[in-house]
Amino acid sequence: MSKHNIKKGFFDRSLFREALQQSFIKLKPQAMFRNPVMFTVWVGTIVMTAVCIWIAAGGTTSQGSLTYNIIITAILLVTLLFANFAEAIAEARGKAQASSLRKTRAETPAKYIQTPGDIFVEEIKLVPSSQLRKDDLFLCEAGDIIPIDGEIVQGLATIDESAITGESAPVIREAGGDKSSVTGGTKVLSDRIRVRVTTAPGESFLDKMIALVEGASRQKTPNEIALTILLSGFTLVFIIVCVTLKPFADYANTPITIAAFISLFVCLIPTTIGGLLSAIGIAGMDRALRANVITKSGKAVETAGDLDTLLLDKTGTITIGNRKATHFYEVQGVTKAQFVKAAVQASLADETPEGKSIIELSGKNPADHQVQHATFIPFSAETRSSGIDFAQTRIRKGAADAIRDIVCKAGNPFPKEAESLVKQIAAEGGTPLVVSENEQVLGVIELQDIIKPGIRERFERLRKMGVKTVMVTGDNPLTAKYIANKAGVDDYIAEAKPEDKMNYIRKEQQSGKLVAMMGDGTNDAPALAQADVGVAMNSGTQAAREAGNMVDLDNDPTKLIEIVEIGKQLLMTRGTLTTFSIANDVAKYFAIVPALFIASLPSLQGMNIMQLHSPESAILSAVIFNAIIIPLLIPLALRGVSYKPIGASALLRRNLLIYGLGGIIVPFAGIKLIDLIVSNWF
Amino acid sequence: MEISGIIMMFIGAVLLALPLGRYIGKIYSGDRTWADRLFNPLDKAIFKFSGIDPSREMSWKQHLAALLTINLLWFFFSMFVLMNMSWLPLNPDANPSMSADLAFNTTVSFVSNTNLQHYSGETGVSYLGQLVLMLFQFISAGIGMAACAVVFLAMREGTTGKLGNFYHFFVKSCTRVLLPLSIAVAVILLVNGTPMTFKGKDQFVSLQGDTVHVSRGPAAAMVAIKQLGTNGGGFFGVNSAHPLENPNYVTNIVENIAIILIPIAMIFALGYILKRKRFAWMVFGVMTVGFLLLLIPSIYQESAGNPAIARMGISQPMGSMEGKEVRFGSVASAFWAITTTATSNGSVNAMHDSLTPLTGMFAMLGMMINAIYGGVGVGFLNFYIFIIIAVFISGLMVGRTPEFLGKKVEAGEMKIAAMIALLHPLLILAGTALSSYLYAHNPEVYASWLNNPGSHGFSEMLYEYTSSSANNGSGFEGLGDNTPFWNISCGIVMLLSRYLPIIGPIAIAGMLSAKKYVPESAGTLKTDTATFGIMVFAVIVIIAALSFFPALSLGPIAEYFGMK
Repeated sequence: MSKHNIKKGFFDRSLFREALQQSFIKLKPQAMFRNPVMFTVWVGTIVMTAVCIWIAAGGTTSQGSLTYNIIITAILLVTLLFANFAEAIAEARGKAQASSLRKTRAETPAKYIQTPGDIFVEEIKLVPSSQLRKDDLFLCEAGDIIPIDGEIVQGLATIDESAITGESAPVIREAGGDKSSVTGGTKVLSDRIRVRVTTAPGESFLDKMIALVEGASRQKTPNEIALTILLSGFTLVFIIVCVTLKPFADYANTPITIAAFISLFVCLIPTTIGGLLSAIGIAGMDRALRANVITKSGKAVETAGDLDTLLLDKTGTITIGNRKATHFYEVQGVTKAQFVKAAVQASLADETPEGKSIIELSGKNPADHQVQHATFIPFSAETRSSGIDFAQTRIRKGAADAIRDIVCKAGNPFPKEAESLVKQIAAEGGTPLVVSENEQVLGVIELQDIIKPGIRERFERLRKMGVKTVMVTGDNPLTAKYIANKAGVDDYIAEAKPEDKMNYIRKEQQSGKLVAMMGDGTNDAPALAQADVGVAMNSGTQAAREAGNMVDLDNDPTKLIEIVEIGKQLLMTRGTLTTFSIANDVAKYFAIVPALFIASLPSLQGMNIMQLHSPESAILSAVIFNAIIIPLLIPLALRGVSYKPIGASALLRRNLLIYGLGGIIVPFAGIKLIDLIVSNWF
Repeated sequence: MEISGIIMMFIGAVLLALPLGRYIGKIYSGDRTWADRLFNPLDKAIFKFSGIDPSREMSWKQHLAALLTINLLWFFFSMFVLMNMSWLPLNPDANPSMSADLAFNTTVSFVSNTNLQHYSGETGVSYLGQLVLMLFQFISAGIGMAACAVVFLAMREGTTGKLGNFYHFFVKSCTRVLLPLSIAVAVILLVNGTPMTFKGKDQFVSLQGDTVHVSRGPAAAMVAIKQLGTNGGGFFGVNSAHPLENPNYVTNIVENIAIILIPIAMIFALGYILKRKRFAWMVFGVMTVGFLLLLIPSIYQESAGNPAIARMGISQPMGSMEGKEVRFGSVASAFWAITTTATSNGSVNAMHDSLTPLTGMFAMLGMMINAIYGGVGVGFLNFYIFIIIAVFISGLMVGRTPEFLGKKVEAGEMKIAAMIALLHPLLILAGTALSSYLYAHNPEVYASWLNNPGSHGFSEMLYEYTSSSANNGSGFEGLGDNTPFWNISCGIVMLLSRYLPIIGPIAIAGMLSAKKYVPESAGTLKTDTATFGIMVFAVIVIIAALSFFPALSLGPIAEYFGMK
């Protein structure tokens, strides 16, 4: 699978320039107000600007030198810009990713079918795709690029979807059924289809995704809101700490400059996480998009991190495509050659992958077989068998009970041997097909599912994350159980009807679990809507894509596993950076508090454990450290903290060690280092 | 020797708390106990008399309504008695009635389990007044335990709106836990010489020939409940430093164990009710680590003596003995100082104003955290807020939206938790800021406030508000605190810091209990592990300790460095 990610670095020039511009635009108060933590820094910057003007106008001499105040003001402004830049660069990257997908469908000529009034006139007019409206009809022939998302109403075509999915093998799409949906930007390779437009311009999934990434319409997710409340709480505590410090200083006869107050405050409030919070959220959706998953809401990505149960279709997810014939078992009195020949003849007209695999297994060239004067009997739901009729012989192939019906009706016995073979094959997860000639059983063909390599390890990984996997299959319970064991899933739904999925999801949800499923068919739609995370395949029907809250462009059923990790990474990044941000306060206290009082209480020099040069240099170093830590952490915020399925407690221990303990130690070193430089001037 | 004495006290308290916790757990979960036969008739009589149906299940809002109603009624009753006791009966020493502001302060102080005393028991209250205050020592402790019981029940598995009956918890806390334990402690005190009489002052003629009047009264009963209910309000002015309140080393052991007994037992009760012993041990572990971190340096500081005295060339073999009783010594006094502040008790056996600067700071830190064992019932409620915040951050750190005992912690709970966590620093710092401001700008007008200038004077004000806000009640007695300013401002602080931190956790627990129960999976963060314990500890240090860092550095830390 090739993903056409834009592997642009953080310093890609165009993105960088756009983000830089945005970081200034985002300084306007309406934008700042959305983020309470950074808003207080914004207010602090305004106050400091006023102080600078006051000093410059000669209004005061008690606030320190003008240069010093200007430097503090500038650093505060830079802190704001860094935070804005983090958000802007995340937005820019997300938008670039989304619009690179959108470009493929930008302005494609469409063969619009005019329908004047009720009379259907097959008149075709070339229009740009942007003029197509919902429910319009258009025509696509071999070689055309499909101009917009739609649903085939007539015809069948092979389509190259590599522009969207990266998958080079062409796929077949046809009217009716579950494979009727086509995506704008993909290319018709053969045949001709009539398509109805399903989305209004500006409402496609990509458009919705881009809107999610952009600041204006981005809604905070519930978890983001809760975290913002906590961060606001911290901010309020530090407002109290700083405001009450003024009378304390009065009591101690220590004048404290406004610059020192604001510096202390800005250093203590969680600006690091406050500045990176929205970037983390946007980056989460961006990462989903890089995995070729379009999310319809940020909440869905978050929920994915919490999933308890995954419903996976057996075919295509756990097993490779379809079943394959693996053995011919003839019954007594029949030679192997005779049986194989009959089996092959019965499968000649069988276009299903199973049928083809029987011929493949026989090792015979179908052209060698005599099929003159023969009538093919196609599979029907009534007989549940297919076969071929020659003048004298009637060969049938089908499920055990279907053939038993035929054999018994003709008054022949169904051999015990065949009966036990059927049972044995089913018990081993295979599907038995019985072949009869002239209502006499010849033998049993064994079809086996081929489990995808590596899938067992992926389920193991999910189990370690605490996610239960459930296999959904139409197979009988015996077969289902065998494959479930072999693939390592935790549970299975056998002989599943669409409503079984729905019931299973409801049952899990009632016991408090969060469930995800993947689906493509119209009959999956209710279950997709019911699931907490419903991932629709891009190849699926419009109904399925509307019902789910994510669309997988790759049509890759194992994608759910990646989605879970993206969700977890998103939450972890928030948690670890919050911890880091708050842990930084310890060092900042030790830098600033002695600096504030050392003039009147020289004994407090004992608290200056970093041995910072002077009160001014101490305060400056702390504020500078506070500012530059934001851009230093932007890559981490965008990339996300790496997730390892090592169990929740071990993970907490690891992250506490790195971001908690690290968050205490790093600023001590950082502030001291900056102080060594700054002390040259202050 | 001195050290082994306090190790014995601590181990003794834990060993007693284990069975007591089980017993308390049984009471709240409605399981049978050996005491049923004895107390059922008593409880029935009380419920019948007051017309309460103890089996009626209450929602968390109804619980709060019941709690506040009880408190409001008793508030008016106490105001009336304290302001009119000069003519009411049981006043053999003819003590005067209280002024309105002092009565307000005293009433709030006792209703809120603080027992801050801006009066002296010998001269400030009649025996009737003492009895009323003693009644509050039962009521306020019982209220705290009942509130805690509601949160315990709300933390149980499954989705439930059924949280028991408040009056049921309240009455049973008083009759089955506080009353029998108080009787036991009072009897021990009585045997060792603490008075229990309604007669007025006694008098004797000393060797010098002077006539000495000795105050007495029904002290043994009050001392017992003041310790067990983390009240701390003494019968006599100098509290348990008074020879009649705490006659010897044995009573000191008994009283000191009584201080931490029920707060520790409540943790084990939690383990019993939730059937999560490991979780209870995690809570106990975090609290004990915090306790030892306060205790060990304090003992070191007190037994090392005062550096200022050492500079004068005076050796201090007993450690720093200023303001301490010789019969207890510096180590046992330091142990008492830390236990009484950590648990929100507030009784003293030495003068905290005379503690060495860092011990004074650790005593304040115990109150600033206010969740290291903490007050009966309410200590865990404060700890609960820290757990919620720790759960939130650590939940995110393992990649799940946060959940606690199977319930999702969301914006609503975070809002309450953040507000409650904010309240304590707000009240302490704002109060101290106000008094500092007034003093700094009018030192002549308020000269009578502070006996000490500079850092220590600042510590006295900081301590007073910390003690009020932690509902502790001890004081740096160098502060001249019986003035309308201190009576009223401390009264307001005590009221807010008593009820909001009870309402908050009950609301959070109530909201969580009504939520859908999410079963545990391998991805769920376990809250009964040492790792989570470290996380809670870190949250406590960051929120409780760090927000007071600037204030503490101006007070005790500056004083410490100044004395060195």
